[in-house]
Amino acid sequence: MTNDSIKDKTLGEVMRSQGVSRRSFLKFCAATASMMAMSPAMIPKIAHALESARRPSVIWLSFQECTGCTESLTRAHTATLESLIFDYISLDYHHTLQAASGHAAEEARKAAMDENWGKYILVVDGSIPTLDMGYSTIAGISNLDMFIQTAAGAAVIISVGTCAAYGGIPHAYPNPTGAYSVYDIIKQYGKDQLDGISSATLAKVGKGSVANTPIISVPGCPPIPVVITGVLTHYLTFGTIPELDHLGRPKVFYGQSIHDRCYRRPFYDKGLFAETFDDEGAKKGWCLYKLGCKGPTTYNACATTKWNNGTSWPIEAGHPCLGCSEPDFWDGGGFYKALSMPTENITQTAIYTAAGAVAAGVALGAMNKSKKNDAVSAHSETTINDLEK
Amino acid sequence: MSEIEFLNWVRGPGFQIAIIIFIAGVIIRFAEILLLGRNKNLAEAKGSEMSSGLRTIVTRSIPDKETFRRSTFTLVAGYIFHIGLFVTIFLFAPHILMFKDIIGFGWPALPTPVVDAMAVVTIIALLAVLVHRMRDPVLKFLSTREDYLVWLVTIAPLITGYMAFHRIGTTAPTLLAIHILSVELLLIILPFTKLMHAFTIALSRWYGGAISGYRGVES
Repeated sequence: MTNDSIKDKTLGEVMRSQGVSRRSFLKFCAATASMMAMSPAMIPKIAHALESARRPSVIWLSFQECTGCTESLTRAHTATLESLIFDYISLDYHHTLQAASGHAAEEARKAAMDENWGKYILVVDGSIPTLDMGYSTIAGISNLDMFIQTAAGAAVIISVGTCAAYGGIPHAYPNPTGAYSVYDIIKQYGKDQLDGISSATLAKVGKGSVANTPIISVPGCPPIPVVITGVLTHYLTFGTIPELDHLGRPKVFYGQSIHDRCYRRPFYDKGLFAETFDDEGAKKGWCLYKLGCKGPTTYNACATTKWNNGTSWPIEAGHPCLGCSEPDFWDGGGFYKALSMPTENITQTAIYTAAGAVAAGVALGAMNKSKKNDAVSAHSETTINDLEK
Repeated sequence: MSEIEFLNWVRGPGFQIAIIIFIAGVIIRFAEILLLGRNKNLAEAKGSEMSSGLRTIVTRSIPDKETFRRSTFTLVAGYIFHIGLFVTIFLFAPHILMFKDIIGFGWPALPTPVVDAMAVVTIIALLAVLVHRMRDPVLKFLSTREDYLVWLVTIAPLITGYMAFHRIGTTAPTLLAIHILSVELLLIILPFTKLMHAFTIALSRWYGGAISGYRGVES
């Protein structure tokens, strides 16, 4: 991905050299402005900023992850402008995509860090184990050490994917590696609650120095390619981070729920649901709520941006939303359980409780009955106080 | 605790706790009523307890003219919110799914807008009965803290459910979690308050009718 020839060029120069016409570039800028809910007056400003943007240094760290996020971002079928921007920002370090390996790769990371200290963008995918530093290491460096070292010099951290944003599947119950999200690691580090950081790292990185680095979360399993390029475009254009929601997600992409933007919503409102994956309702494209759709509690841009260059998205393909851009979605009690269904076996709980309660009720009743019989045979007097019992 | 963790908790362990207290509470209260019993009536029976009791279950559900004239508001508002509660609880598709998951079978749902409208009507009726309770001097004098508590736990699931459906106030997972939590609160409180009438109403009406039947008088 890294190409030295484009290293000192502006994005505009790179695009022209790749044969991207001015017209398609402006179309991209217009689409970006519209996607990010900006006024049309911003289009020329975005175009100008992007054209003159200098290539930012990006370090991409992959920890406990499945490479799905990288796959998502690089699997565009055509050479889109999004992918070109992704290529352009290029990467000084990315385990999966870089040609170098082993110590050479680590040297590249260190060189990029030294050269751009305080200015580079740190992209993280995957969660970070904290129980045993041996669970995940790269070139003999634990994930935690590598993250803290690299985060210390980052201008901004972008948590790509649900694992980096919330811990994802490694964080799911029973979380055997003690996996945490980027946000949680930074928070704990700031409070000095993290064990396992090597003394070398601590000597290099001052305590608490990472705590104030801004974090943008781009969750999803995987996240939508357009969303990650949108976040990068925003940063390249304005040099600031976009407005974030309470979970650190850019509001422009995660401001509305899947349910609110779903084209099947009218069927939900009418009470028309697919009961199985192959019934008449499913064929007619009715609401997938009963099949476990998590759209009502999931905030993401799938319903508007769609996937694979706007071709389709899971619900359009007939599958309920899994809620992959929300925290702990793996522990939500089953992908095919409707949101209104309990996650535990309530039937069993109810039967056991009923059996226990009947036994307790009968025992208490028998005790009281014998008490009453004793009172009758002893000719006890009933007083007004007995009524209060 | 994240909002999804909160939602998962109320859908899982929270719901389990509520169900345990609810079922155990209802059964123990029934045991209390049924097992302690009444002293044997030594008077000679002048009629059938059973038929009079069963008839009374039906007749007491229909107000007579004089009662209706005296308590028109209470009866109309009472019927509206009871029917509204039945519709919103038992005829809303997502709720039926929950029942189906627990008891193994479901039933047809009403269209969502109908249930939505019923929820609004029910909320208005419940607000009206509260205002009536607070403005009527006799009712106000007779009202205890429990009366206001049961009113609150009854209207809370309706309001939180309406908010969750229309996504008013905060994020969807939190709204849904609050709604389920409010239902759990209702389940926990129900067996130990006058809300228990949901289960004892048939029994108590039968009992009233049975006493009259035994004495050979009209109930």
